[in-house]
Amino acid sequence: MRTKLHQVGRRLLQALPSVFGVVVISFALTRALPGDPAIYFAGAMADKESIEQVRIALGLDRSWLEQFFIYVGNLFKGDMGLSLSTGQPVLQELLTRLPASLELTFIGLGLAVLLAVPLGILAATHPGSWIDHVCRVLVTAGVSLPTFFTGLFLIYIFYYLLGWAPSPLGRLDILYLSPPTVTGFYTIDSLLARDGETFISSLKQLILPAFTLGLFALAPIARMTRGGMLGALSSDYVRTARANGLARATVLLTYAFRNAALPLLTTLGMVFSFLLGANVLVEKVFSWPGIGSFAIEALVASDYAAVQGFVLTMALLFVVVNLTIDVILTLTDPRVGLDD
Amino acid sequence: MDKTPFLNVDELSVEFRTRNGIVQALEKVSLHVEKGEVLGVVGESGSGKSVTAYTAIGLLDAAGEASHGTVTFDGMPLTDAREADLRDLRGREISMIFQNPRAALNPIRPVGKQIEDVLLRHVQATRQTARDKAVAMLKKVKIVEPEQRYWSYPFELSGGMCQRVMIAIALACDPRLLIADEPTTGLDVTTQKATMDLIRELTREQNMSVVLITHDLGMAAAYCDRLVVMQKGRVVESAPVNDLFAAPQHPYTKKLIAASPGPNSTLEELTAVPDEMETANMAQPNVAPLPKRPKTAEPEKLLEVIDLVKEFPIKSDNVSLLPWRNNGQEEQAFRAVDGISFSMMRGESLGLVGESGCGKSTTSNIITRLMDPTSGDVIFDHRNITTHSAAKFARLPERMKIQMVFQDPTESLNPRYSARQSIAQPLRHLKGLRNRKEIATKVDALAELVGLPGNLLDRFPHQLSGGQKARVGIARSIAVDPLLLVLDEPTSALDVSVQAVVLQLLDQLKRDLGMSYIFVSHDLNVVRLLCERVIVMNRGKIIETGTADEVLNNPEEAYTKTLVEAIPHFEPRTEIERQVSAL
Repeated sequence: MRTKLHQVGRRLLQALPSVFGVVVISFALTRALPGDPAIYFAGAMADKESIEQVRIALGLDRSWLEQFFIYVGNLFKGDMGLSLSTGQPVLQELLTRLPASLELTFIGLGLAVLLAVPLGILAATHPGSWIDHVCRVLVTAGVSLPTFFTGLFLIYIFYYLLGWAPSPLGRLDILYLSPPTVTGFYTIDSLLARDGETFISSLKQLILPAFTLGLFALAPIARMTRGGMLGALSSDYVRTARANGLARATVLLTYAFRNAALPLLTTLGMVFSFLLGANVLVEKVFSWPGIGSFAIEALVASDYAAVQGFVLTMALLFVVVNLTIDVILTLTDPRVGLDD
Repeated sequence: MDKTPFLNVDELSVEFRTRNGIVQALEKVSLHVEKGEVLGVVGESGSGKSVTAYTAIGLLDAAGEASHGTVTFDGMPLTDAREADLRDLRGREISMIFQNPRAALNPIRPVGKQIEDVLLRHVQATRQTARDKAVAMLKKVKIVEPEQRYWSYPFELSGGMCQRVMIAIALACDPRLLIADEPTTGLDVTTQKATMDLIRELTREQNMSVVLITHDLGMAAAYCDRLVVMQKGRVVESAPVNDLFAAPQHPYTKKLIAASPGPNSTLEELTAVPDEMETANMAQPNVAPLPKRPKTAEPEKLLEVIDLVKEFPIKSDNVSLLPWRNNGQEEQAFRAVDGISFSMMRGESLGLVGESGCGKSTTSNIITRLMDPTSGDVIFDHRNITTHSAAKFARLPERMKIQMVFQDPTESLNPRYSARQSIAQPLRHLKGLRNRKEIATKVDALAELVGLPGNLLDRFPHQLSGGQKARVGIARSIAVDPLLLVLDEPTSALDVSVQAVVLQLLDQLKRDLGMSYIFVSHDLNVVRLLCERVIVMNRGKIIETGTADEVLNNPEEAYTKTLVEAIPHFEPRTEIERQVSAL
């Protein structure tokens, strides 16, 4: 166990260089964007002098290296700068919007896992059966349909034609007030506030976008589960388990699935990262006030502090997700850490 | 006999549905096992030994189906039993041990838990007593420190230990029949002996019946009461061990016995003709397409290995948190090869023998310059070849002079290259031949030399048999006229009858082309057939050197003695020799 803790600690330290790289890249990328923020910020009527003043005020006249150190220094203070378009601190903007995106992503991923894993297992235990074909169709659909199409399609059917879903406008019906912020996740916050109605309403708003994301995430998860299970089921240790007459459930879950789950975990990490990216489109379609739609607006407006903040946040999320997956793998797979 | 035997397989036929139609895997196989009897089922790969066992306990995969015949166990019909009943039976009444024990254990579950799973499943223990019983089982199979090993994962145990755990799992519920499917394939001879002795001891204790499936006649002779010989899904002969070896009736049995190298057999005696050769109409090569090297009158030193050392860094258990701060500890190293020196003459063939982990493969990898030594020199053909790094050596002309034949004929061929392309590869890249016609002629000549029918040259590895693939590997390695050929267990993946032919081919090539061989093997009997001199290694050091016959028949060192004694062989050799000469 001690060596495991060491491995985890070591893995945490290994994340530091990636964090530094992320900071550098987020800084460099936004400087490389076309468009001059000074001109934009100074307004349409500004002359050369006032643009120059704005430039100095923003610190854009200094060398890149200087700007970088100022940037890093500010980051340590939790200061990501002001958003040029909204006038609010970027950190605050991100903090209010990130939970919305995360809530959507988590629920979408959760739905996908709940559907895809049993589907994959069934497809693997009954290869060539109808369930295998259903699995294949769903996987193909999930891979080939772009999220904005699925989103619009679902809205068309469930909101426009059937009228079952609420209007796809944000996280809550306009009749409700957002619950007091604790976690920023409306579903959890409304439960904490013992506000059943708001909870139901927020859940209703979540269903369609979460399904849209879920269908997208379903494909890789179902495929990996099926493939992993097929591999595990034909392995020597499952044959041993069967030769020892172990119960079907033990063979399937304790012997086959636990082994198949290891590569699946790695896939989950990747899928989560993809979902954060796919969010941007889904948020647009469902008017979801997440950081994706915020980032697009910032990008269009050359709002570099906001873009920088977005890139940094996303990259840090990637690092955290990968780190979490690695730590889980280190703790669950006894063989990890042996080779490196 | 009015009473049906304990396990009775009666006219069992099994069919497999494949893409190319139905394949008959078993054809009316009948065999039986009595209580307390050890039955050996022998035969080469594809003979249906394992399929028989799998069908008996209902482990056949979905594509296979028993189309005819019955299997009864203690009067109970098994062929059409319900899966649930079979599941109750398996592990409790009939247990199985498999080959490759490390893969046959769940890699991410502590071995103790895996024993517990079986105990709990068959209600041989409660949650409270399972742990103690599992530890007791580990103790029973002679695993030291069973309490600690309970929490070990398979990857932390040696192959022999894993097989002991497998035995513990199989015997946990005191079954009445044990089926061991090649239980020691891939284990060292000494480990093999220890494992088989353990199985014998534990099963005799309980008067258990055992079915031992093996391709190794020596092992079957040493541990079985009665033998069944299978070939192509049929039982061709069944007799008590002594009768079978003393007077084999079926030609296939005779062939198998003849092809198994014993402590006294010579290469010429392994006159078996494998089936692939019968149809391929393989004639002895009557042309000499490669120029024969003139034999030098006086022997000349070809290779000298001086004080060779290879170290591998060890991962210490307490990994320091910061990789650059090593807690002041010296980097520990494991010496795989620990200062060995030897030399060999031109035209000589040298056997390198030892158990896994003794450093023989590391040594051969350094000699073939695929690996860099930590220190020491290898003088080859009057030049020190260790002065260049392994990466650089690949581009030197000396690369052509030292070639190798690898262990697994399948794994060592590119699956997307036809046999022709594989053989042409060194001609193109080492010899720099560009002319297609010239290459084609050369490949044809090489194929003829190794006895590979020309019509097989355009096939891909998966379309060739094991013996044919071995021939492709040999043709590829001699394509550039090497002076030294390093053979790393070239026949260990082959059936005995194929092995016999490949060994004869290697011997023929050596005499015709005047090459020198370094033959790396764990099988002393095989080494003796091909090599004049033998080096025995253990833990990176040379234990003993001498002529093959001396080392095998009069070993001086204790280690060599245990190694030689661990080789199972069939005793009534004099009888067989008569049989063989009568053939």
